[in-house]
Amino acid sequence: MSSLSYAAPTSVDAAVKLLAGASGLAKVLSGGTDLLVQMRAGRFKPELIVDTKKIPGVIGIREENGAFIIGAGTPGAVVEAHAGLTAAWPGLVEALDLIGSTQVQGRCSLAGNLCNASPAADSVPALYAAAAVAVVVGPNGTREVPVEQIPTGPGRTSLARDEFILEFKLPARPARSSDAYLRFIPRTEMDIAVVGCGISVTLDANGVCTAARCSLGAVAPTVLLVQAMADILVGNKLDADTLAKLDAAAQAAAKPISDKRGTAEYRTKIAGVLARRTAAIAFDRASGKATGKTH
Amino acid sequence: MNYISSDLKVVGTRPIRPDGVDKVTGRALFSADTRSAGMIWGKIKRSPHAHARIVSIDTSKAEALPGVRAVVTSADFPEISSEMAFVGEGPMNFRDLSDNIMARGKVLYEGHALAAVAANTQAIADEAIALIDVVYEVLPHVIDVDEAMKADAPVLHADMFTAGVNPKPATPSNIAKVVTFKKGDIDAGFAAAEVIFEDSYTTKPVHQAYIEPHACLATYNPDGQVTIHASSQGHFMIRAYTAKLLGIDMANIRVNPAEIGGGFGGKTLIYLEPVAVALSRKSGKPVKMQMTREDVFRASGPTSGASVTVKLGAKKDGTIVAAQQVLKFQAGAYAGSPIGPGCMCGFAMYDIENIDVLGYDVVSNRPKVAAYRAPGAPISSFAVECAVDDLARMLGMDPLALREKNAAVNGTKTHYGPTHANIGYTQVLEATRAHPHWKAPLAEGHGRGLAVGFWFNIGGESSATVHVNEDGSVVVATGSPDVGGSRASMGMMAAEVLGIDISKVRATIADTASIGYTFVTGGSRVTFATGMAVTQATEKVVEQLKARAAQTWDIPVDAVEWRDGKAYPAGTNAGAFEPLDLAAIALKQARTGGPINSEVSINAQGAGAGFGAHICDVAVDKETGKVEIIRYTAIQDVGKAIHPSYVEGQIQGGAVQGIGWALSEEYIYNDKGLMENPGFLDYRCPVASDLPMIEAVLVEVPNPRHPFGARGVGEVPIIPPMAAISNAIKGATGLRMPDLPMSPPKVRAAMDAAG
Ligand SMILES: Cc1cc2nc3c(=O)[nH]c(=O)nc-3n(C[C@H](O)[C@H](O)[C@H](O)COP(=O)(O)OP(=O)(O)OC[C@H]3O[C@@H](n4cnc5c(N)ncnc54)[C@H](O)[C@@H]3O)c2cc1C
Repeated sequence: MSSLSYAAPTSVDAAVKLLAGASGLAKVLSGGTDLLVQMRAGRFKPELIVDTKKIPGVIGIREENGAFIIGAGTPGAVVEAHAGLTAAWPGLVEALDLIGSTQVQGRCSLAGNLCNASPAADSVPALYAAAAVAVVVGPNGTREVPVEQIPTGPGRTSLARDEFILEFKLPARPARSSDAYLRFIPRTEMDIAVVGCGISVTLDANGVCTAARCSLGAVAPTVLLVQAMADILVGNKLDADTLAKLDAAAQAAAKPISDKRGTAEYRTKIAGVLARRTAAIAFDRASGKATGKTH
Repeated sequence: MNYISSDLKVVGTRPIRPDGVDKVTGRALFSADTRSAGMIWGKIKRSPHAHARIVSIDTSKAEALPGVRAVVTSADFPEISSEMAFVGEGPMNFRDLSDNIMARGKVLYEGHALAAVAANTQAIADEAIALIDVVYEVLPHVIDVDEAMKADAPVLHADMFTAGVNPKPATPSNIAKVVTFKKGDIDAGFAAAEVIFEDSYTTKPVHQAYIEPHACLATYNPDGQVTIHASSQGHFMIRAYTAKLLGIDMANIRVNPAEIGGGFGGKTLIYLEPVAVALSRKSGKPVKMQMTREDVFRASGPTSGASVTVKLGAKKDGTIVAAQQVLKFQAGAYAGSPIGPGCMCGFAMYDIENIDVLGYDVVSNRPKVAAYRAPGAPISSFAVECAVDDLARMLGMDPLALREKNAAVNGTKTHYGPTHANIGYTQVLEATRAHPHWKAPLAEGHGRGLAVGFWFNIGGESSATVHVNEDGSVVVATGSPDVGGSRASMGMMAAEVLGIDISKVRATIADTASIGYTFVTGGSRVTFATGMAVTQATEKVVEQLKARAAQTWDIPVDAVEWRDGKAYPAGTNAGAFEPLDLAAIALKQARTGGPINSEVSINAQGAGAGFGAHICDVAVDKETGKVEIIRYTAIQDVGKAIHPSYVEGQIQGGAVQGIGWALSEEYIYNDKGLMENPGFLDYRCPVASDLPMIEAVLVEVPNPRHPFGARGVGEVPIIPPMAAISNAIKGATGLRMPDLPMSPPKVRAAMDAAG
């Protein structure tokens, strides 16, 4: 009979040692809203579970000179309650907030969402658009990795088996910057994104975009950072022509499959629709026109 | 007695629900909550193929695993000959049910049970299941109903020769049965028509999606006595099926009804109980079994998917003179779709001279269908109500006016035989026309749809007992599992007859050894039939109470009157006695003749048919194809709402299940015939935030055949939503969506195709 051990170490070192020392499959646990569900479904049979939540820094949010540092395992509900973060990164916060239900929000984390490595993960396109950096710890110390280098394919990451993410860093923002995330689901909640789109922009005083990062979810094996979409925005206002080009660029970047959640053709069209709608919200917010939630 | 015109004090009010505290505190004992000393766990080995011959099953490795107590296959169940069983709701053959719970020779769908294990722990049982070696010869499969009807389709049953055609076909096929219903002369009808509309529609199978998966706990004692704990829509049904499938006397099976977490028709047949009993018999231990949600989707019955055509002929003034419908219903792996009611219900709301309906019952490699709220009618009505809506457009008529013009009334002879009597459809249409929703202006881009629906509702066999306790409180017991609030309504009807407060009455559900036979909670029958039994049993108690008072006062019984919970001398001639209340009589019951109680068993006749009309407003996101329900009103003749909150809940719940059927629920199969979405993540039932408040409008046209005028209410509300929504989408976009579900990709594709 197989057995399962559980450990909740209180330091990074202890956690790394446990992970490195495991003979069979060892899994890092944050909220468990993916891991436990997958274990129950028989997808994984880990020998060891290392819970990160007792490690200092894993839960909590700090602000340092306009930059934000978010503990990797901070639950969605805690993130959403942080006024400063919500003002600076409304798109990222609402992307995380879209995950699951009130119950799931009490547990689900950015690290879990990123490292579960689903192409449809909601907070991940927003993290990419935000140029977030993951602080990865392991036996050789600490390294900083742009988030888009973490997922490598569905369910796969670039992390070594004895590494995990301690926290995320979000850069300080220039004036007139904001972000937005939209997903399309057939219902209003408790669904997996058919397509997701994250956009972060900085505008000049005339509303012309000076910097942009754009991403698409659920249209490829991993979330995509789409430079072609950003190139269309930079140097332009969000007029009809720019919107049309952005729509086309999103459709061109999308390489979806047909599955039970939507056909490739449909997903491609929706990528274009969402790109336009997301950009409109991000531009509005950056120019101070709207700060409200979009969902 | 009949209380329809009485001044009612309890019936029609909204007391707090008797099962509320148990359910919100998590204390209610559902099927899976029952435990027993020495209990072990049963698990089922299921087919990974849509269609295969079982070449061999080797259970030796599983049996050798430490902790395994028993393994069973079809060899442990008696072979049963083909025999129709009218035990649950909808047609079922005992042999097919036996094969369905434990495959014999072939597996007919992915998830089909073919062996079972009982072991000390769930983990050991899982391990043992994996150790059972099955050699399959995979056969070609067929999922879709139109494909299954083709001459070259893989045939599921070598002995299936279409019934209902003359002469009997020479070769077997997947068409189990053909049924026809005719009224008038259809050719003459179409010849007389000035406008003809025809279209084709498809629907997907949808699951009842009860929140509680099937589960049971069964104990087989060495003396042959069996106890089963399980939730269902009929514990007598569980007893009958288990007895038949295992060859056990009914007297030796006692079924205790657990609290039920939803059934909607899907728990009017069984999957686990005979298997658990067989495992208990072999192991000597109580055996507990429970399905996972995946098992529920892969192996328990949804309702049929279908392919339907409708042709309507009308005069320019809107008189429909000819109506024709062809329905092809998927039955799943065994014969027995709800094709009969499907054929009957589509045109039952209309008074049409010439009608012709043709139905096919077709098997394919899917789980056997089970009853689901108004079985067959939602499918049939989706097609008819879309067609009627398009006919109204062709005629340039208001869709409500077209329905009013052709509405069935008392005296209308239906195409399936009976003549409508005591129906309240006219009043439903009047309430629809008068409702503010029907008159409200539509916002730019929104669309409004209307659809109507009909369901027979049934009566049938019910038993009830009423006991007066020593302190004057009262216990009512029935044999009807409470799936929709029957404890509340039974207690209220008894309290009304007794003239006492509802807080003095408790209603319970008695097990199969403790009360007379009671047919399943299905067909919207319980408030009607079991309510009638409760009323009659309570009236017998009132007679006894009067007799005890008469005895106490030493006056004739007919000189005693029962009013407001008290015995009074009837008039001054009877004598001047202080009234005796129920508690006073109860206190002395030992001295006046012993316990006061009664039992009534009836086969209730005279169920009143139900009609409903739904109005729905939608907004369609033209870029994503997403449909949002903006406003929804469901109007229904309920006869008499015993507890109006439950009645409204039934109507709202039915409408919501219909909305899911319309917009998002479907079984998705891959090319191997395997279901890809056996869970609530991708089998999309509506969530609360998808829905506006569903306004339920109760029209009360009393059913004179029920003591309080009640009609069944639980099934009608799932019939109109699909067409109401399709009609609303047509209003918003000009496009007809004839295929369910009307999911965003389909709506967007239709929009793109239209340009
Ligand atoms: C009901 C329900 C609804 C959901 N709805 C959504 C939704 O709408 N959108 C969506 O995107 N997701 C949804 N999810 C999935 C899930 O909630 C999210 O992916 C969530 O963000 C996972 O976070 P977690 O902390 O619970 O991860 P966990 O389950 O703890 O971990 C997930 C994976 O990440 C790894 N991991 C965890 N922490 C770290 C770390 N610090 N470093 C490295 N690896 C780590 C784990 O080993 C595991 O493989 C839903 C889940 C449920 C149960």
